[in-house]
Formats: sequence, C-alpha cells, structure tokens
Amino acid sequence: MLVLAGGLSYEREVSLRSGRRVLDALRAVGLEAEMRDADATLLPILDADPPNAVIIALHGATGEDGSLRGVLDLCGVPYIGCDARSARLAWDKPSAKAVLRESGIPTPDWVALPHDRFSELGAVAVLDRIVDRLGMPLMVKPAQGGSGLGAAVVRRADELPAAMVGCFAYDTTALVERYVPGVDVAVSVVDTGEGPQPLPPVEIVPRGGVYDYAARYTAGLTTWHVPARLQPATADRVAEVAVAAHRALGLRDLSRVDLIVDEHGDPHVLEVNVSPGMTETSLLPMAVQAAGLDLGDLLARLVVRATER
Amino acid sequence: MTGTTLDDYTDRYAQRVAGMKASEIRALFAVASRPEVVSLAGGAPYVSALPLDAVGEMLARLGSEHGATTLQYCVGQGLPELRERICEVMELSGIGVSVGASPEDVVVTVGGQQALDLVARLFIDPGDVVLAEGPTYVGALGAFQAAQARVVHVPMDDEGLIPAALEEAIATVARSGRRAKFLYTIPNYQNPAGVTLSEQRREEVLDICERAGLLVVEDDPYGQLCFDGEPPRPLRARRRDGVFYLSTFSKTFAPGLRVGWILAPHAVRDKLVIASEAQILCPSAFAQAAVTQYLSTMPWREQLKTYREIYRERRDALLSALADLMPEGTTWTEPGGGLFVWATLPDGLDAKAMMPRAIAARVAYVPGTGFYADGGGTQNLRLNFSFTTPERIREGVRRLAGVVEQELAVRATFGSRPTGGRSHETL
Repeated sequence: MLVLAGGLSYEREVSLRSGRRVLDALRAVGLEAEMRDADATLLPILDADPPNAVIIALHGATGEDGSLRGVLDLCGVPYIGCDARSARLAWDKPSAKAVLRESGIPTPDWVALPHDRFSELGAVAVLDRIVDRLGMPLMVKPAQGGSGLGAAVVRRADELPAAMVGCFAYDTTALVERYVPGVDVAVSVVDTGEGPQPLPPVEIVPRGGVYDYAARYTAGLTTWHVPARLQPATADRVAEVAVAAHRALGLRDLSRVDLIVDEHGDPHVLEVNVSPGMTETSLLPMAVQAAGLDLGDLLARLVVRATER
Repeated sequence: MTGTTLDDYTDRYAQRVAGMKASEIRALFAVASRPEVVSLAGGAPYVSALPLDAVGEMLARLGSEHGATTLQYCVGQGLPELRERICEVMELSGIGVSVGASPEDVVVTVGGQQALDLVARLFIDPGDVVLAEGPTYVGALGAFQAAQARVVHVPMDDEGLIPAALEEAIATVARSGRRAKFLYTIPNYQNPAGVTLSEQRREEVLDICERAGLLVVEDDPYGQLCFDGEPPRPLRARRRDGVFYLSTFSKTFAPGLRVGWILAPHAVRDKLVIASEAQILCPSAFAQAAVTQYLSTMPWREQLKTYREIYRERRDALLSALADLMPEGTTWTEPGGGLFVWATLPDGLDAKAMMPRAIAARVAYVPGTGFYADGGGTQNLRLNFSFTTPERIREGVRRLAGVVEQELAVRATFGSRPTGGRSHETL
C-alpha cells in the first residue's frame, strides 16, 4: 500500500497528518504500507516497485483536482476514490454546484467570477449586482481549495472588497454564495460494494462561531457531535441528500459532503470532498468510529475494491 | 449525548495556552521547506560551508575517545574549558579582561533562545514592560510573552534604534505606572531589520538606559558576520554594569549543536545558573565538547571568513535582484552583515495576506507581523540570504516581484483595505 501525502498546496501540513493517520490505520490491521510525497521520485518508484494500491491523502489541487489520478491511470496503478473526471468536477466548486443543482440537490445560490472579470467590468459595479441578486450575508471562498483557507463570511457590503482580496490570494476565481445560517453538518459517504452508504452525520460547533483553519485543526476549539443533534426526519433527509450528491458527481469509494441545515431543517450542500481529511480532528474518521467501524478495516475493504476494478 | 472537542484537557490548561492554535501561516511554512520552493524565509546558516568531513571525524572521536565525559551530565554553568574559549571569541569583539569579561561570569545555554528565556525568568513579573526594537527577533518576543511581559517597541531607522524614541518610550511607560525592566536590543545586523546601531548612538543608548535605571540585554548572534569593515564594538565592550551580553554559536558554527551563552555580573550569574539547572539541569555535555574541540583544534577564524564571503555574495545577489526586479514602491534595508534584509511593500499591501499567493508562486518569506508584539509590520517582510544560492535568490526575487505585482493588481481592482495593524513607521 502506498499512501501519498504532502504535496505543495497550502494544505501540506494537514495532508501529512492525514497520511500518517492513514498509515497507522492500515498497519494496525496488518497491511504493509508506506507514505511518500507526490514528487519527482514517485513515477520511478511506481515503476520499480508497484504498490497493490495507492491511497491519496493529498489535499489541495494535487490530490483533488483529478490530475494525479489521471497519472495513476496512465501507470495502471489502482487507487482508492473517484476517477480523474469526477475529482475534477467535485474539486471545482462552481462546476460541482452546477451539477448538484441540475440534479435537484439543494445548494445555495452563487456566482463564480475570476479576478479578471472584476477588473474588466469594474469591481464596484459587479459587487453591487452580486449583493442585489444574492442579498446579505454572503460567503466568499476560493473556487478551488479547502480547509477554510481564503474563505470569509461577509455580513456588510463594505466588507466584501476585503473578503474578495483575501480570497484572490488563494485562487484566481472566487465563489460568492448566499450565506445560509444554520447547523454545519458533514456526512461521509462510503461504498464498500453495496452502493454508497451514509455514515452518521457530524455536527460542527466551532467555539468562536467560525469554522476557520484554527478551529478545524486545534483540538479543543470546536465541539463535534456525532451523530449530529438533528430530528430523525431531518437526519434522514441530510443522509439522502449527501448520498445523492455523491452519486450526482459520479464519486466512488468514499467522499465527504459538507452541508448546512437551515432553520426549517432543510439541507443545503456546500461542497463535496473527494480526498477528505483524515487527521485527528477530521470529520470522516469521527464518522467511521461513530458507525462502529474501524478506519483500517474500511480502507482495507476499499483497497480490495480498487484492485478488483 | 454531549459532543467532543477531541481535547479532554481543555478546562485544565494554563491561561497562557489560549494562544496556542493551529495557524495558516505555519501551514504555509510547511510548504516552504520543499525544494521546489525558493525559501527566503527561515534564518538558517549555510552549514554546508563547514569542513563537514573534519567536523564529523571530530564528533566521532568525542564519542569514541571521550564518551565517558561527553555522554555524561556536566555542571549547570557549562564546561569550564568552553567558557574560556567563549571569552576568546568575545575578545574578538572587544569584550575582554579589561572590561571585566571572565569565564567565571559566562553561563552556557541551549542556544541563544534559552539565554533569552532565562533573562525573562529572572527579571520579568507578569505585566512588566520590556522595551525592544520594532521589529525585533520573534524568538525573543516568544520568550518575553511566555513570561507575560508587555513588549513596547522602539522604532529604528538606518542607524538602528532611535535614541529620542527610546527616551520617549521610557517616559511613556513611566507615566503609565508600569515598570520597564530592560531594553532588549540586537545592535549588530539586527534580526529582522538588518540595520546596525551606529557608533555614536551606542553611547547615547547606554547613557539613556543608565539614567533611567534600565538594564540592557544585548543580543549579538551576528556581530562576527560583518561584510563591510568591522562592526562597532558591542555595548558590553563599552559598559560593564547593567549590560547582559548574549550570543550563540548557531550562526558562526552550527545551530544543530544548540550552544549559546550569557555574560552576566557575578550576582546575576549565580541566579542564572540556578534557574538554568531548574530548567534543563545542564546543557548538553556532548554539544559543549564539540564546540570546545572546534574552537581548540579547527581553524574557526578561517571558517568565519568563509561564512562572511559566502553571505556577502548572497547579500549582494539579493540586493541587486531587489533593485532590478521589485515593483516601484518597494523599499528595503541594506545590511552590512548578518543574515536578513527587511523589505517594505508598496502602500496598501499586506505581507501576511500575500503569503498564499507567494507559496503558489513557489517563493517564501516571513511576514513582518511576527516581529511585532503590537500588530505592526503588516507591510513588511523579512528576507533571508544566508541559506540560498545567489542564483536561487534571484529566482526567488523574480517570483516575489510577480507576486507583488499580482497583489497590486487585485488591490487596485478592489481598493486597498485597512489592514487593522500598522506598518513600520520608520524603517
């Protein structure tokens, strides 16, 4: 087993932690595994000593935009998770949202614009239209990326330009979406052969109110409830929407769907992760544990599926 | 059911733990160490310039021939022979017997960082004020803040600390009813600013501190790394009372050994030793023996020349690349030694907010805010030139210039935002 972790994205540190966690889980169930970076040494190693399967614990573009999966396909090396095409789709949030909406899956209204459009058309005029159309508050985030980096909730129109600047430091395209107040919930979806199954939903309550980078990766700054404190009917609906999102994007093996449950109990999908975090404070491992499963066992079953494809 | 924070100790931590959080900037630095990234961050010396074979053989002998002592505990103050060698090193800077420097008054520490921590433990009660240059060494800020000091910055210009500003700061602190315990200063090739306190100002600063009854903690890791002539004599070479002199072998030999020292008056020295023993029992005997052997048997003065020549070439590469490539409105200091250049971005730019763009462009630096206790330095960044080859430095600056230009374009589109902090007013 080869665990790929690290990479050159802003989420390198998170990825290394994910990778080590995956490595421990695999070894705990007796699988031989090693971890390495996806750098210039990777392809020669895949040639010289091909692993049974690759587990991608890379976050950010390398792990999630599909490109590495494409290269693994070229090398004929099986890997856990969705194929290159689906990863590309899920990674680009505006594209993923469009697919979700076409499939009838609720997702907050949005607009995605590259920096160039703002500079060509005049930022003030464009931002005014966005506010008119989507209303306040707004969520601004990079079209591609994770861990809450570059994301900001904007509650007043005069805060919007600063949020755009912060966002454009991370990506050339910004996604601006209607901010839906409610309960943050993440649903991990796994498929070990019986079709995509939802794991118990994880409810996220950041101590400071904002689930930013520090809240995500500092133990003690966020309270997680597993399963989420939802009414049974709401929990069913959330699980159903998460599985529908997984299917709509053509994902396989495992994914994590991030949603907001609004005051009426209606879920809205924010984004779908094809390479979910596996760190000590990550949501998928919590859900796995709450489901009474073992992360190593689950990964081992997914490895078998990957090698049989 | 109740939720989990994944930290069962949340309600038991000391108050000072509240600030210990995962940080985006630290996450970005995780990428900076990859070879694909030109890192102008960090402050590592170029230890590859050492005669590594000879050093390696020396270290092996220390284990095989002297292991019975080098692998043993030792005295808390540090090995006597090393303290004698340290006095020889200080003599190069004019801190000799004539100004009361004696091996008896040297306390060996685990790098300069433990020296800072010890000074903070000895002199700071919670709420006490420490005066320090603005910007100042981030590790000193960490040590002082851990002792719950309030750090008040004193601005610098191209001649270092501004004496009038120091007087004003002392007066302001006195008016506030607080007590300033000491001035922390790096007079030579300051980290991060790269400037050197001028000859004339040295006496002025000492006089001001003496009048105010303010101790001086002089940190001098870079004094021997002078490129253009000799640096002015350290403050301790001019005044024996009220000046604590801290230095380290991290920049002149090898930081991996973690050996530094303090030269302090007798009475204080004993308390430093007691505090150090409570903290670490004793510094590593092996590391001390290694430094002692290095200073006794190897051509360390020649090695200093080698370091100077390498760093001079790299500094020149950095300065010429900055001049050739950086967008208008960027300014920087021109250090006569040390490891760092301090740059100021065009108005409206924020070095910390620009970091993700820089990492995407595969170049890294340290944003200026880390060198201030008060949120200053938003417009500044520290650039290191000691670790990277001249060619890579130029490539790094080329990437950085592109990053600044992109950031200027985005700011132009959306208008500059007030950053909340403030940039350095003087440098």
